[in-house]
Parts: sequence; structure tokens; C-alpha cells
Amino acid sequence: MKEIVVLSGKGGTGKTSIAGCFAALAKDKVLADCDVDAADLHLLLKPEAVRKEEFWSGQSAYIDDKICTGCGLCQELCRFGAIRNLKVDPASCEGCGFCYRVCPVGAITMKYNMAGHWFICDTRYGPLVHARLGIAQENSGKLVALVRQQAKKLAEEARFTVIITDGPPGIGCPVISSLSGADLALLVTEPTLSGVHDLERVIGVCRHFNVPPVVCVNKYDINEEKAVEIEHYCTENGINLAGQIPFDTSVNQAVTQGVPLVEYNDGPASRAVRMVWNNLEGMLSANKTVE
Amino acid sequence: MIISVASGKGGTGKTLVATSLALSLKDVCRVQLLDCDVEEPNDHLFLHPVIIDSEPVCIPVPKVDYSRCTFCGDCAKICAYKALAVVPGSVLVFDQLCHGCGACSYLCPEGALLEEGREMGVVETGDAGDIRFVQGRLTVGEAMPVPVIRRVKARIDRSATAILDVSPGTSCPVVEAVRDSDYCLLVTEPTPFGLHDLKLAVETVRMLGIPCGVIVNRMTQGETLIHEYCGQGKIPVLLEIPLEREIARLYSNGKTLAEGMPQWQRKFRDIYARITGVPYERNRCAQR
Repeated sequence: MKEIVVLSGKGGTGKTSIAGCFAALAKDKVLADCDVDAADLHLLLKPEAVRKEEFWSGQSAYIDDKICTGCGLCQELCRFGAIRNLKVDPASCEGCGFCYRVCPVGAITMKYNMAGHWFICDTRYGPLVHARLGIAQENSGKLVALVRQQAKKLAEEARFTVIITDGPPGIGCPVISSLSGADLALLVTEPTLSGVHDLERVIGVCRHFNVPPVVCVNKYDINEEKAVEIEHYCTENGINLAGQIPFDTSVNQAVTQGVPLVEYNDGPASRAVRMVWNNLEGMLSANKTVE
Repeated sequence: MIISVASGKGGTGKTLVATSLALSLKDVCRVQLLDCDVEEPNDHLFLHPVIIDSEPVCIPVPKVDYSRCTFCGDCAKICAYKALAVVPGSVLVFDQLCHGCGACSYLCPEGALLEEGREMGVVETGDAGDIRFVQGRLTVGEAMPVPVIRRVKARIDRSATAILDVSPGTSCPVVEAVRDSDYCLLVTEPTPFGLHDLKLAVETVRMLGIPCGVIVNRMTQGETLIHEYCGQGKIPVLLEIPLEREIARLYSNGKTLAEGMPQWQRKFRDIYARITGVPYERNRCAQR
């Protein structure tokens, strides 16, 4: 079984639109949406939820003001500024339990947070696992790990060969959690100054966690000089290119219709995404991306 | 006044808005731009600041004083993040998991845990013309952006108009960056993805009791998706930026809208004029 994760560094470069196309193109696959902050893949794949589970993770402190003597030790020791005027701000509390342990009168308890939900769904493209982290919750990395673990289980049970993971933007904890241990990272970038800058950082994360990166330039023709620059950068750094996708207004139209682009039409962008998928499949089976 | 620029969905144009707003206001008031998207800070690419000062961001992680440690194992039990493990003759510290809460060193019965700083990023300060500039940068491979964001925000100049560029999403880094703002600009695009993520972003800022307004980027004619939602939720749509190749081209070359098409400056100044008179809106949101 192989796991491909779609990342970008910079947001809005087209990860979900591309992952949605892969959902339609790949055979025998499980889909995982690891952008647990703002999951959008389900908007394209029109799933029917089979299972909805609560995600309990992390703790927050609660001060019982009937017991509290107002000594203020908790407030003084909390390094996250989460206790103000002897009240805990759950959005700042990192659940370390320091206050709970030092409170001289035992006025503080630690309670688990219901930090979100995760879902297993049926789509006409195959099973999809996605999740919704509660607003302002922590532990997105743990929820991402859970989504991947469930996707893997489904793939094993069904003897599927591929897991396609739609990742979050950035380079922090949920990205690391989406990436570590994957077989291949498809980095979707755009030919903009920001796109190039963010690509370099996410390549750094891939290297750090030993996952081979492959680059795809989306909307390459909005700035062909920059697109060439990205190509050169990749060649110099020994990174394979999976293809280039032209700017095409039908990409937005497909999203608005809520269907993967490759099913919406056979226009230039649609054909380019097919090529990208063919290349990725080739790389996975030949395993030649492994550095 | 603190104005944050957030979005839910990535790539909707936060950086474009934050940098152009800063440039449009610099002749009107003292402006400070703080790039709180420490995972992928991009504002510097558009404003070319001269960095004067670079401060490492460290979190305190435990360091074992083996002359005192009795391997009792209390620290490992105390640690909520499983960053410590005690085996015979050794205490293993997993730096990457440590949040730096300090509980282990405070509570160690032998006083055997000292703390040392572990660098996880930097905060850089400088000037971009008349704009005072601050940005955070998380070290590649590090997982926790929040401590870096906190250090960036410690540099907010209360006497200036501080514009905060926030990372996408709705989880802890976003909340940390947006909290304490006087107003939050939410940038979105008129697609189902943009709408879905805008709703989450609105929920987030409302939970924080911060008034918000929406900027629709890549607007196409006749598109009503975002306007319908904003109308129902009584959220003001403050600006529309059309889907135009020239705007995309400027952005791709690292040119701001305010510089490349100076006629936009007035529109950004209008937004500022509108949101500086918001006490009513603020109360209304806080009551929800």
C-alpha cells in the first residue's frame, strides 16, 4: 500500500481540487482529508456519512471558585497566560496540568476536551475519512494522525493499494503529522513569489521527515518566468516534476458545481491533471522517487 | 488599533490585503505590519523591509542535573505531553514534544531539572519605508507555531495601527494571532470552498467576540454566494477585488495592489474609515 500526501506550504494553490481529481482517477483507493481545520474535499466528493465519532483529546483546567482561595499561584505559574483574574481561558490553556498540581487547596480539575469529530464516509469514488477540529482546539496533529490511521485500516481491510491524502497548508504540526511516514508528497505550488518561497520551506519539511517530494506547478501560465524558475530550482535540487497545470476558469466552475475537474470537462487543465496522476502512478510503481 | 487579516481557507489573499492596507494607511496614521503567519511568512516578499533586529524564540525545555536526579520518575508522570521518560540510569527528554510549561522542573522533588532554551524560530523587526515591520519565522521541521506568534505579538505597538497577517485555518495558531484584535478582516473567494471556510472563520472570530467584515477576492460578475451568506449573517462586505489577470500577475511578481494599481489605496483607506467606528458592531458580536 502506498500513501500519497498532497501539500503546498502556501494555501489556496489547488491541493483539494487536485486531490479530488485523483479520487476520480485512481483505482482501489481510500481518501483522507487531513486538513482538519478547514476540510473541503467532502464538498467535491459528496459523501454519505457512515460513521461519525467524537474526538476527545487534550485537557483544560477548571477552577472551582467555591474552593479557590484566590491565592493566585496558578496564575503566577501558568506560562501560557491562560489564567486571568482567576479564570481559565480554555482557548489559551494548553492542558499541561501545572496549575492543577500546584493548587494548595485542590480547587483545580483537569477535564478532557471534546475537540472535534471525525467521519468515515462512502463516496462514489471510494471511502473517505475526514474530520472537523473544534474551533480554537489544539491537537490538530493528533486528529490528523487518527484520520490517517483510520484510512490505513480501511485500505488494509479492502486490500486497496493507494491512500490519497489531502493535506493542510503551512509547515507546522498538522503538516508534519500528515507527512511523516508517507511514501510520496505531491507539492502543489503556483508561479508566484509567495508560492516559490513557501515551496522551499515545505520541501525542507519533506527532507526533514524523509518523504520524497514531487512538485506540480498549478496555473503555471500566470507567470511563465516564475514557472521556469521553479523548474530550475527542482532540477538543481534533484526533485522530480509531476507536471504543470494551466490556468483554466473551468477549475473554478467545477468547484462551483461540486464535481472533480476531470469529470467536469476535458479541457486543458483537466488533461494536465490526468498527466500528473499518470506520472505519480508511474513514480509510485517504479519507486524511483525514493532518494 | 489592532486589525487582523484572517481567512479560514488558504490562498484567498490575506497577504495581498494586509500589505496593501498597510501601504494605503501609511500616510494617514502610524502603521505597523506584523506577519503572524509564522509557518509561511510572505509579507516581506512584498514590502522588502530592512531587518534591524532578529530575536531567537526559545521555549524552556528540561535539562537533567544527574548529580541530583534519583530517577524517581515523577517528572514523566507529571508531563502532559509525554516529553519525558525515565529509564534506569537515564532521563530521556523529547524536546520536540515539550510545550515548555515548566511543571516538571518546578515539581521535581530533588530540584534536578533545570531548564534551557530551545530555539524554534525567530522574530525579526525592521522598517519597510514608513511601515514598521515585524515577522515571525518558525524553523523548518518544528511543529509549534504558537510560541513564535506570541513573541511577534509582544512587539505590537499600541500607539500605532497594527495590522496582523494571520495563517489560514481555525485552530490554535489562528486564535492566538487573532485574539485581542479590535477588528478582523476575513478574506475569501466566491467558491463553495471559500464559503465553507469563511463560515468556520466567522464562527472563530465570533467566539472571540471580535467584530468582522469580509473582503471578497477574485470576484466574478454575478457571483452572489458570499453576499447571500453575509447578508443573512449581517456581516458587512467591505470590498470586492475582481478576478483579473493583471492583479494576479502583479501578485505573482511580488507587487502589492496598492503600489501596482494606486487607485486601490483609496478603497483600502475607506475600509479603515469604516472599521474605526465599530463599537456598536463589537458589542453585538460579543453578546452572541
